[in-house]
Amino acid sequence: MDSNKAATQLLTESQITALENAFKAGDVEDRGVVDAGQVQFIVQQVLGDVLTVSEVRTLVQKGEAVGAATGVINLQEFKDLLIDLLHTTTTRWGALQTSLDGYVGFDTVLEQQRKKFLKKGFEFNLMVVGESGLGKSTLVNTLFKSKVSRTSCTNEPPQKIPKTVEINTVTHVIEEKNVRLRLSITDTPGFGDQVNNENCWLPIYDQINKQFDKYLTEERSVVRRKQIPDSRIHCCLYFIAPTGHGLKALDISCMKKLHDVVNIIPVIAKADTMTIEERDAFKDRIREDIAEAEIKVYPSSLLPEDEDVLQANAPIRKHLPLAVVGSDRALTINNKSILGRQTKWGFVEVENPNHCEFSFLRDMLLRTHMQDLKDTTHEEHYENYRRQKLSEEGNP
Amino acid sequence: MDSNKAATQLLTESQITALENAFKAGDVEDRGVVDAGQVQFIVQQVLGDVLTVSEVRTLVQKGEAVGAATGVINLQEFKDLLIDLLHTTTTRWGALQTSLDGYVGFDTVLEQQRKKFLKKGFEFNLMVVGESGLGKSTLVNTLFKSKVSRTSCTNEPPQKIPKTVEINTVTHVIEEKNVRLRLSITDTPGFGDQVNNENCWLPIYDQINKQFDKYLTEERSVVRRKQIPDSRIHCCLYFIAPTGHGLKALDISCMKKLHDVVNIIPVIAKADTMTIEERDAFKDRIREDIAEAEIKVYPSSLLPEDEDVLQANAPIRKHLPLAVVGSDRALTINNKSILGRQTKWGFVEVENPNHCEFSFLRDMLLRTHMQDLKDTTHEEHYENYRRQKLSEEVGENNGAGA
Repeated sequence: MDSNKAATQLLTESQITALENAFKAGDVEDRGVVDAGQVQFIVQQVLGDVLTVSEVRTLVQKGEAVGAATGVINLQEFKDLLIDLLHTTTTRWGALQTSLDGYVGFDTVLEQQRKKFLKKGFEFNLMVVGESGLGKSTLVNTLFKSKVSRTSCTNEPPQKIPKTVEINTVTHVIEEKNVRLRLSITDTPGFGDQVNNENCWLPIYDQINKQFDKYLTEERSVVRRKQIPDSRIHCCLYFIAPTGHGLKALDISCMKKLHDVVNIIPVIAKADTMTIEERDAFKDRIREDIAEAEIKVYPSSLLPEDEDVLQANAPIRKHLPLAVVGSDRALTINNKSILGRQTKWGFVEVENPNHCEFSFLRDMLLRTHMQDLKDTTHEEHYENYRRQKLSEEGNP
Repeated sequence: MDSNKAATQLLTESQITALENAFKAGDVEDRGVVDAGQVQFIVQQVLGDVLTVSEVRTLVQKGEAVGAATGVINLQEFKDLLIDLLHTTTTRWGALQTSLDGYVGFDTVLEQQRKKFLKKGFEFNLMVVGESGLGKSTLVNTLFKSKVSRTSCTNEPPQKIPKTVEINTVTHVIEEKNVRLRLSITDTPGFGDQVNNENCWLPIYDQINKQFDKYLTEERSVVRRKQIPDSRIHCCLYFIAPTGHGLKALDISCMKKLHDVVNIIPVIAKADTMTIEERDAFKDRIREDIAEAEIKVYPSSLLPEDEDVLQANAPIRKHLPLAVVGSDRALTINNKSILGRQTKWGFVEVENPNHCEFSFLRDMLLRTHMQDLKDTTHEEHYENYRRQKLSEEVGENNGAGA
């Protein structure tokens, strides 16, 4: 026996009133309908100017879909649009929010979440790509202030350049202020080092997709783990040789093959081989090459961004590609230990923003954008892979 | 052209050394194998005593699975077990953690997450179940200090008891300290109010599963939303009438039907109709009834719990079912506004722990266990639904092919 009565989603009095008033106000000619294109403005009447750019975009798309046939939307359709927006798209209800008569205490859910994640720990999977000799290993060690790169902590014969591109991953757990981070560094020895480098992007591309597939398989399993292990590459640091000329053909072709499957952050390696003027000119040339080849670097700007996201990303876009210097040696100056490279003509300070952009890279990668790199990997790159894979299965 | 060389997961020198040393130490008779049952102790030699109770349990299960045939595990199998543990089960690597030479700054990922969730907002879906007249509506309003219950904010004819069980949901957004919470309250008018209440649990059960199904459908879609809308019931407050006798047959049968699909928190309604002694005796009887009928109330204690979880849950288990009183009226005493019920013989203070357990319920529901209620719904109740549904589909496909 099935329950006959369907469950009902009721609207509160104030919700109904606000909705009907705004609709009537938008229906100036009293036609019983409003223009599909006006939906966002009518909703703004109901809620106030509270929605984010992406929430407005979702609303506009749905409005256009609903009003596609006739160009207009009636009261019931408007009501359904609004309910869908409020119940699934946004928690910003503006004027429709319900006020409280005292302190309730649910704000502590933030703290409850914090405890949960502290207990679980975090994961971050970084890939480094570039020809040998560009200081990739040193840079990674400098970023994490520890011998985390493969060459520093595994027993491999030194200086051995493989005959094909290898994919090797080492995993560490590092801890700071009770936050444990499981960090995997994947490097690609042999990349760009062959005579014919036509397909050196392919093992990398396959590896990235293989991790997507691993995640997808677990996600679709009938019996699956509580937390799906995440071995997907969250960020690919692409090392550009400091030639001063511009991007190499290999750089362009590889980044184009990879930019749709992974977040790419291009860095200029060994930036201390250039003066600041040479560096800035080199960056301009690279930026032109990137624009001309339509390479999508992280953070991608395909869609309009919310204000806060724009503010966080604008400085990065201004500085990319980042000119970095790595060092695992420190000099003691004025009782302070300073990481850098000692040359006969001076001391290059790695963490000095006037000398190179290492700090910028570290801050972006670890201190401000780590979560977003993971979210973008999950919500865009992985979803693209999944959508394609499932579509192929549906149409063999 | 496919890439011929598979990717390699390398172990660091220190990882290899620690692993081999611990294995040799566990292999006292130098057989080249260790007992499957010893795996957790050998791992403890490698890492130190860092794993949580649940992580150890996972390790032990896997060790037994690997060593099922022979009862022993060789070095390669041990290595694979350890890698699987470290790479997928735990971030507590103890002695195998890599030390840092200075401040790196990734601890800020907590703050990055906080910003992300503040921007997104939170959801919480509460269901209230119980006969009419038990003060469900008032209690919900008291919990959220706002007219959030259906009867307080919708245009419904008052006091109308439906002829069948209805399921109605109202949704609000409330905000505190920049934290926005989208709160859905589902109530079930008509529950327990009929002459024959045999099936009054069924619409509730169907509704809960319908929300699971909605979530599952979206999760499986080829093209799916960035965030799957969550309308699953995170918590069901079950209202027990303050009869003083014990659970009714209806209470037992309904909770048994629902305890496998939703987190149930039983509360004694209108607790101010009883003295403290009557209340404690009533609670004891109810606890006996619950134990005898094997009803699983939240928080469930089927599996051994980690220390921190145990500490958070023990006081709750001691107090359940919570004896609550609701009120949307306040009296001003000594310049303070105090919520309560004014009777001729005294003033029942809702938020006074000496008078009733409302504060306990509110703290548990909102201030300490809200996230866990959602996690349990997602990781256990929903997973059970999903597993069953997918298994049935596989069974159907196999049957269809026969």
